[in-house]
This record gives sequence, C-alpha cells and structure tokens, in this order.
Amino acid sequence: MEKFGSRPPVTATGLQNAFDRRSFVVGTMMGGIGVLLAARMSYLAIAENEKYRTEAESNRVNLTLIPPRRGWILDRNGAPLASNRADFRVDVIPERLDNANRTIDQLGMLLSLKPDRIADIKSKIEGSRGFQPVEVASGLDYDQFAAISVRLPDLPGVVPQRGFSRFYPTGPSVGHLIGYVGPASAEEYDKDRNPLLITPGYKIGKDGMEKQFEQTLRGVPGARRVEVTASGRIVRDLETREDIQGNPVRLTIDGPLQDYAARRIGLESGSVVVMDCHTGDLLCMASMPSFDPNSFSDGIGSIEYAMLRDDERVPLRNKVLKGLYPPGSTVKPMVSMALMGAGIDPHETVFCGGGLRVGNRVFGCWNRRGHGQVDMAKGIYQSCDVYFYAMAQRVGMDPIAMMARRCGMGEEFPLPVTSQFFGTVPDPEWKQRKFGREWQPFDTVNATIGQGYMLSSPLQLAVMASRLATGRHVMPRLTLDTPPSGFGEIDFPTDQVTYVRQAMSDVVNGPGTAGRARLPIPDVLLAGKTGTAQVVSLSKSDGKSGPWKYRDHGLFIFFAPFDNPRYAGAVVIEHGGGSGAAYPIARDVMTFLFDPQKGMEALHALEKQWGGNAQQRLSAKYTAYAQARGEAVSPPPRRDEEIFDQVEAEARAAAAQPEEIADEAVTPRPEANPSAAPRTPEPVSTVEAPAPVEQQVVEE
Amino acid sequence: MRTLIPDPIERQPWQMLIPLFLLVGFGAAVLYSAAGGSFSPFASSHLLRFGIFLVMASIITVMPNELVKLLVYPGYAVVLVLLMAVEAIGFVGGGSQRWLNLGFMQLQPSELMKPMVVLVLARFFATLPAGMVGTWRALLIPAGFLGVPMALVLMQPDLGTALAIGFGGAVVMLLAGLPMRWFVIGGALAAVAAPIAFFFGLQEYQQRRVTTFLDPQSDPLGSGYHITQSKIAIGSGGITGKGFNEGSQSHLQYLPEPHTDFVFATMAEEWGLLGGFFVLIVFALILSWGWSVALKSKDRFARLLAGGMTATIFFYMSINLMMVMGLAPVVGIPLPFMSHGGSSMMTNMICIGMLMMVNRWNRITPRRGLR
Repeated sequence: MEKFGSRPPVTATGLQNAFDRRSFVVGTMMGGIGVLLAARMSYLAIAENEKYRTEAESNRVNLTLIPPRRGWILDRNGAPLASNRADFRVDVIPERLDNANRTIDQLGMLLSLKPDRIADIKSKIEGSRGFQPVEVASGLDYDQFAAISVRLPDLPGVVPQRGFSRFYPTGPSVGHLIGYVGPASAEEYDKDRNPLLITPGYKIGKDGMEKQFEQTLRGVPGARRVEVTASGRIVRDLETREDIQGNPVRLTIDGPLQDYAARRIGLESGSVVVMDCHTGDLLCMASMPSFDPNSFSDGIGSIEYAMLRDDERVPLRNKVLKGLYPPGSTVKPMVSMALMGAGIDPHETVFCGGGLRVGNRVFGCWNRRGHGQVDMAKGIYQSCDVYFYAMAQRVGMDPIAMMARRCGMGEEFPLPVTSQFFGTVPDPEWKQRKFGREWQPFDTVNATIGQGYMLSSPLQLAVMASRLATGRHVMPRLTLDTPPSGFGEIDFPTDQVTYVRQAMSDVVNGPGTAGRARLPIPDVLLAGKTGTAQVVSLSKSDGKSGPWKYRDHGLFIFFAPFDNPRYAGAVVIEHGGGSGAAYPIARDVMTFLFDPQKGMEALHALEKQWGGNAQQRLSAKYTAYAQARGEAVSPPPRRDEEIFDQVEAEARAAAAQPEEIADEAVTPRPEANPSAAPRTPEPVSTVEAPAPVEQQVVEE
Repeated sequence: MRTLIPDPIERQPWQMLIPLFLLVGFGAAVLYSAAGGSFSPFASSHLLRFGIFLVMASIITVMPNELVKLLVYPGYAVVLVLLMAVEAIGFVGGGSQRWLNLGFMQLQPSELMKPMVVLVLARFFATLPAGMVGTWRALLIPAGFLGVPMALVLMQPDLGTALAIGFGGAVVMLLAGLPMRWFVIGGALAAVAAPIAFFFGLQEYQQRRVTTFLDPQSDPLGSGYHITQSKIAIGSGGITGKGFNEGSQSHLQYLPEPHTDFVFATMAEEWGLLGGFFVLIVFALILSWGWSVALKSKDRFARLLAGGMTATIFFYMSINLMMVMGLAPVVGIPLPFMSHGGSSMMTNMICIGMLMMVNRWNRITPRRGLR
C-alpha cells in the first residue's frame, strides 16, 4: 500500500510522519492528563486532607448523649418522693421517619398499644418540630424492647433505649406538690438551646418542685461515641462517659404524712397543710383530688386529660397554693388578737341576743337564739358573731386588716413554688381603689367573720395557725437547706397567746364547736377554730344540700399540743357543707402525726367505704371514664403549659367568685356542730363518746 | 549466553509485565481490604480471572499478522450480531440488557466491541490507499463501523461504553492521518451537539449525574453522595493513608461500590497519596510501553492497532480516575486491572494481548529502513 502514494498531498511517508507527529501529541496529552490526575490527587490528599479527615471522622463516629439520671426529691427523712426507675423505652424522631403513620402503626402492633394512645402519638408527631423526640412508650419489658431493636433497620427514626423514667411512689398524693416531668417543648428548647433537651428520653420538670429545681435535679449528661456504618448500624463502642446524676432536693415534707393527708381527704375536694411550729417546716401540703404524676410523666393522654378536665373538683388545681377561700370564722382568733392589741379587755362581755343592731340594720349571729353574755374566749369557742361585730365596730377595720396581714393573710411567702395566690385582706383604702366605693359598716361586719372580700389560701391559714400558736412570726419553708426564719420576731405578747390558745383548745376540748375533733390520744390536746364559708347567697342555697357547687366550704385551723404547740395547720374542704367536713380530717391527720398506728386504722376503715385509696380510685375512675367516653374525647392542648395556664386562669376566676356575694352583709351560717349531719360518713372512733355532751353545749 | 534466563522468557516485554503484575497484585490487596479483610469474594476471583485472561492474552500474542487481518471483518460482524442479539433479547424481555447468558459465562458484547472497533478501523485504514485518506470514503466508512455499534450500545443504554468505543475509534482515525480540520469540525459539532444530547438524548438518571458532577453539594445524600464520599475517602487518606484494612469510608459502607468503580478511592484511603502515585506510575509505564510498541511497529495495521489499544486502556483509566476525584461525572467505568469485574478485565487483557502480539510481530520482522 505504501507504493500507492503517488498523490502529492497524501503519501505513505506523509502518513507515517503524521502518525509519528500525532502519536506524540496524543501521548503528550495522555501524559498531561496523568499529571493533572496526580495534581488533583495531591490537592485532595494534602491541601484538603484536614477537611476530608474531619468529614470521614464525622461519618464514622456518632455521638449520642446519655440523658442524666435526675436527682431524687426526698422528704425530710430522706425517703424518696420522686425517684428513678430503670426501664426500656422507645421514642421516635419525627423528621427521620419515612412514613410516620405506618411506623407508628407498626410500633403500636409490636407494643400492643391502645388505639387512643396511637392516635395521641400521631397527633403529637404532627404538631411537633421534626427534631424533637416524641415518646412512644416507656416501661417496656425486655421482650418488647428486643422486638423493636431487631427491626431497627426497617424503622428509621425509631430510638429504643435503656433509660430511667421518673417514679413517684405515692402517685397522686404528691401530684400537685412535686409536679411531673415531660419532654421539653419547642419554647423551652428555644429558651435553653441545650442539646440535652432534644435528646430522646430526656425530660424536664413541668410543674411543682420538678420545675422549680430543674437545674439542681438535672445532672450532667453522659456521652457515648460509637462507630456506625452508613446505614446506621453500630459497629462498636469507642468511648463512653457516664452521666452524673442530678443532685437530690430535700424537702421539709414528711412523706408518710403527705400521703396520709391526701388519702384522708377521701372523696372530698380540698387541701391539708401541716407545719412544724419550731422550724416553720411545711410537713404536708396535700391537695386532692389530684392527677397521677407517674402517668403524666409518660405523656398526658387524651382520655386522662378529658377526665380531669371535666371533673368539677378541678384535680389539676393545686388548692394549697391556688385555692382561695373566704376564711370564715377561722379568722376569729386573729381578730381577737387585733382587739386585744387595740386595748380591749378579753374579759369584757357583750350580750348576744341572736343579732346586733348597727345603725338601722340588724346583723344576725349564726345562733338565732343568741349566746347570752359572751366574753372573748366564749366568742372564740362558741364562734359568737355578735361579740365580734360589736367589738369590731369599736376598733374599726384598720387594726383588724393589719393583724390579718401580720398573721400571713394576703402574704406571698418566699417558697420555691411555681405560683401562689395571695388572696385579699380588704380595708377601706383597698375598697376605694378597687371599686371606687366607700367602706360600709357591713364590710367590717363581713370581714370580722372572714366573709365578704376576705380571701385566703390554705397555706396562709396554716401560717396563721402557727403564728397564733407560737406568737412568733413563723415563716414557712419547703426545703431543708433554707434556714428557719421569723422566730426572732414576736408577734403577740405571751399572755395574749396563752389566752387564745386556751380559747382555741376549748373549741375542741371544751364547750366549743368542734368537740369531735378531740384527739384519741390521752395527753395531747388539739386546739383549733372552725370556719364555714358561704359560697352563694342564701336565696340560692342553704349551703348544706343541693348542688355540690353551692355548698359551703368547710375550714379548720389547728395546732397541738395546745399549751406547747409543736404542729399547726389548716384543712379546707371545698363545698364540704360546713366545718364538719374539715375538722375530722384535721383530727385524723394529727392523730397520725402523734400515733401513726391509730391514724392508719381510722383511714383504712374509711377507705374501705370509699373503694380503695386515692391511687386505686383514680385508676378505677379512669377505666370507667375511658369505657364510657373513650371515643368522644377532645385531645389535650399540645403544650403542657397551656393546660396549667388554663387551670391557673380558672383558679383566679373561681377565687373572684365570692366577691359577688360580698356586696351585702353575709348571714353567717350555723357553725359546725355534730348534729348538722356531715355529708361524709364519719369514722368510728373514740371521740364519738363525748358527742352528746357537745351537742348539748351547741344547742344550749 | 547473556544470562541464565531462557530466551523465550527473556524476550517477553517485562518492562510492562512486571508493573502490570504489581498493579494486579496491589488491586487484589485493595479488594482483600474492601471485602473486610478476606480473599473471598473479591480478591481471589480477581487473581483467578487475571490468570485466565493472561493465558488468553498469551494465545492472542502468538497469532500471526495475516491471520488477524483475515479474521478482523468476520470477527467484527460476529460481535455486531451479538450486540444486536442482546438488543433483541432486551427488547423481548423488556428493559435493558447488556449481556448474553452463554450458559458458562455472562458475555457482554459491548465490551468485546471496544477492541473490535480498534481492530476493524486499523484494518480498514491499513488497506485504504494513502491517496484516499483525504476523501469522503475515509470518513464515511469508518463512521459506519463506529456509529452502528455506538448506537446499539447507547440504546442499552450504556453511555460510558459507547464513549469508550467512540474514543478508541477516534484515536485510530486521528492516528490514521485523516485531515486535521475534520477533527476540528467534529469537535466543534460535538460541542454544539453535547447540550442538545444532554437534554434530549440522556436518560434522567444520566442527566442527574452530570448536574451533580457540576455541583455535588446540591444533593449530598442523593446522586452527589458518590462523588462526595469518594473525595472524602481520597482526601482523608492523606500522604501515607490510614493503613491497610483501616479505611473507615469503605469498611463502614460510606463509599459506594468500594470494590468496583470506586476501588481507587478505597485504595487511596488506606495507602494515601503514595499508593495513588504508584498506580499512576504503573499506568504510565504500561501506556508508554504501548506507545513504544506502536512507534516501533512495522506496518500500518500494527501501528494503528497498538495505538488504538493503548488509547482504550488510557480511556478507562483516565475517566475512572477523573470520576473518583470529582473531575468527571459518575459513569460506570471501572479502573483497569484493579476493579473487580470480569468484563473489564477481559477487555483490558485483550488490549494487553494485542499489544504483546504487535510487540512480537515487531521482533520477528524488524522494521525495514526509512519509508
């Protein structure tokens, strides 16, 4: 073929030359590309080495936070009110789910969850921000946990883990006091950008002590560094740092007493506060009915929420701090102190003929037949209204209002609680400011019997009781590490204190209104003062029967032993129909304090009639409610905060309600007496014996 | 008498074979690591295939010039028929098919077509009178030889192989001395056609590969994932690498296809820049030997054949390395002699066999004087 090259432009030689030339060019280009590749690789491996090394490392290593174990909440003796229980749990991280509905259905099947729980989880996932874990279940047994763990490759976004869940041994008894825990809300995470808050399984305090002491209880999270494959399978543990448990918080609460008091309230709606007169320690702040913080900490279910919400006894409201009630006659010892302070001789008598004329109006005593000649002591133990009307007209409202404040009414105490209502101590200036109206004589009349505008919380009443009992300005405290205070401040002279103590002892142990409150303990005498607070005007209800909401509140303040007070407290029973509903509870609580054996016996007899203790009744009620209403409940608000904001708003509205009837003179209700047939069945106890004697006294 | 080594052994092209053995051995080591520290399934079959195809290459080596020339056209026709058969079976079976099941092995005719196209074009230009090189015949007939198989492979669709066939053919045509302006015009036309082909000719997944190549971060967990993870593997290896069997990217499955297309990234993570340079140097030795064989060869057919084969191996290597380093879109082209896979080993060993064959021809018939 070479011979063929006759044409000048293209010859075989020309082609040979072209080949040599072009192969050189192609070879050079190949070499050039080779150099380019070498340069590119050098650039990646040297110049960008650090960057890619980091990226490879972040591929390889997965850092997970281990939620710290929460510090315990202890009672005064070191017994846990809130502790932790090791368990298995499952959370999901919504943004990592492929198909949320399918995954939850699958989990529901594996864990045999109830349909309403599944619906709750789905709606929570819808409303959540993607990165926030949503709890599916906790307290799982090992088999369930294992069933999920082996299916993990098909369940992206599902996080099963070993962890700790909060445990409240006494359940509803401490619900309001301790609060509960739950996953941090979006707002809480915005406020505190701590990655711990979006770690699956980590919960923060949502209410009560849990919320107040969040930082103390929180602890330091541990961390686990693991090597993972691209599909997320863990290859090995690289390094684990243990978590550091949060610090415990030691309360002044006496756990068994708290539980006892809560259970003793029984079917009623109310609160019991007991304080230590030597230190100001709050031994018990029971508010019932309540919720079970154990089940709230697992997430508030729709049915549970609807049940609590529909209950007119407002189980979500902490009545110790946020229940405001007209104190009724429980203010009379305090008013007596004001009178003595204003120079009135306690032995001076007033004739009670069943009423007192002031100007052109007659104010009735609760005892229409009159008390006859009444001195201060009789005024207290017989709760004679006329004596106080008459004396108060003499000294005026101001000293009484001042004394009320000194005794703790209207006061906000420096306690670690999320919120406390402080009520109202009315005086002429207050009325002018609030309503723009003049103070009327009937306002003083109302105030001296603790009605009208006067409002206070059970906590304030308990503080009042301890201040009256000791004569000192006792300040309540809730944690053992706050020093007791107020004991250096003398509120009342000793002789006045002794006088009032004796009169209050006579309420129980003498010819008084609460004979059945006598303690079944030979050498401990309980002193107290009954109170009955009217809720609606006489035209609507007589306060003893009819709709529950219209019945009178029953109140009782007390301390014991009367001559050397050790404990003081207050019991308030909402709509109990009078003080007869309150003082038996105070009696049993104090019995338990001095002799637990005897106290428990009384309680067990009662609980048999009520159908179990508080926790058993709550769960029975839940089951019944779920069966009856299970299908038609409205879901709870997305944020727990909304629930409690709502509860607080309603509590304020409820507290404002008594003002409506304050516009006129309140006709005092008959003071509690045994013949007034208390609504709840009374325990069979040793104090039953002297009853006929008191009856005679009361009716005389 | 020079040495103790027998002549038949001594006259083998050891300057190419020793680097090749080292490269295959190195490839086996990388595959051993990619399998999680195990000879099976990758490394053992890699070495076994190399052995088998080395025998095949030796057989090719001893084929005489005239016989090869005789067999080129029928061979081309056979491979073309096989390619059509694949297409037909794929059409009947629905979906794309690239291989024929011959019972004892899966034959991928498109792989055979790569060396075949080089052969047939070399044969054509060898017989084409020098005076006709500038005429239309010199363009249209090769275009037919090249275009028909390319179209068939594109229909599979297999863009990478089609480009490899086209590249091999184009290099042969260039070396055959076609007028330079044709290539300039062709290049210009390709530049114009490329965007059109991109929008109308490519499948969606192919388009996405191109767009993510241009911006891998646009879809870091989707199609950009391959490139990103490959760059992480190479970059994190540094100069000396993380050590044999210590690559986290490949062992923890972050790197996709660590034993086939991305075997270089697997290697670079564990052996670092030094390993990378070793691979590049070995390829440089093999390819430069290929060029030297082409330049020393005696007739036009042998010359074009050797040049085309060298270009084919180069195309594999360069596209694969550019891809794993993020310089080219992800196209399924393996790295010769290192990637695990029978077809590419076969094609590349055919190329090596052909080069050794030309080398033997050169030795038997020394180049006749200046021409």
